[in-house]
Amino acid sequence: MTSLKINQKTYTVDADPNMPLLWVIRDIIGLTGTKYGCGVAQCGACVIHLNGEAVRSCVTKLSRAENQEITTIEGLSNDNNHPLQVAWNEANVPQCGYCHSGQIMSAAVLLKEKPKPTDQDIDDAMAGNICRCGTYPRIRKAIHLAAELQEKKGSAS
Amino acid sequence: MKSTINSAMKRYKSLVVMFIILCTAGIMAFTLNKESEPKMQNAGLVVKKDSVASVKAFASVYRVLMSPRCMNCHPAGDIPLQGDDSHLHTMFPKRGAEGKGVLAMKCANCHQPENTPGLHTPPGNPNWHLPPADMKMVFEGKTARKLAIQMVDPDQNGHKNMEQLIAHADDGLVLAGWDMGEGRSKPPMSHAAFKKAWITWIKTGAYAPKK
Repeated sequence: MTSLKINQKTYTVDADPNMPLLWVIRDIIGLTGTKYGCGVAQCGACVIHLNGEAVRSCVTKLSRAENQEITTIEGLSNDNNHPLQVAWNEANVPQCGYCHSGQIMSAAVLLKEKPKPTDQDIDDAMAGNICRCGTYPRIRKAIHLAAELQEKKGSAS
Repeated sequence: MKSTINSAMKRYKSLVVMFIILCTAGIMAFTLNKESEPKMQNAGLVVKKDSVASVKAFASVYRVLMSPRCMNCHPAGDIPLQGDDSHLHTMFPKRGAEGKGVLAMKCANCHQPENTPGLHTPPGNPNWHLPPADMKMVFEGKTARKLAIQMVDPDQNGHKNMEQLIAHADDGLVLAGWDMGEGRSKPPMSHAAFKKAWITWIKTGAYAPKK
């Protein structure tokens, strides 16, 4: 049995310690917001946060995540009000939407470490998240917008 | 009596001048010769100098260091290399200050503590990283001479003395070069052969080749 802390809830799962964390999250826990893209850490669709880092869950074994802090797209905010979620909605970023859980989770780490990212910072942080619809210009726009929202939210609170 | 003292003084003075000239020449000769010898910090290591054996051993060492399994993580730029053709790593991950990547693109986000099974999957190691930004320890593009000099210079080799350099042959990430997962070539000789050449090179004086 393996104990997992996902989105501030504790789960105990009976699974092979070598099972990819993505399968555990989707198929055993039932949180299907995180997507399977390539399965070999090449596309970024499966990004979750493991102790605050934008880890690719398709190649991360369950054993690495035991008793660690995991956040999935479902746990990024309580009511979809994370500045990135608001900005994504405002800028109508997704087309098909499949990659965007991963895009937002990577962008969340970027904004945490660089609250006012430059275009270069966005390139450096987001280069590993692929979007086959080519929504990159809107992703960039939404990240800048989210940075502004985050700043306003910070100064308001 | 006075003239005897004067001539003795003159002889003494000329001896002192000769001594100074000889010392200066000696120091200059040592400085000029020093170029091929390493900037050593020899913490009690027994070195039996043999420039021919040393340079010969480094030829083997150099072949390993310049192989993709070693050189790919010692790039000239800030993006690691990838594959047997040493192309720039897809996704262009950056070195970062500590050599562990930046922002949402940290090495350990994809590179697990162990190799991921299957072809074209990320190789792994618990300590996966590039050299840090303040000491890049570049292999890519270096001649054998330049790399040999760099290897033994504590200001360029991660502050290692000769004993630490010898121990580095068994570093976990160095060993990982011989176990990089499916579909990747290995360095051009076994780790044992590499280690033997590495130690021979150091223990014979760590001479740099002429080129």
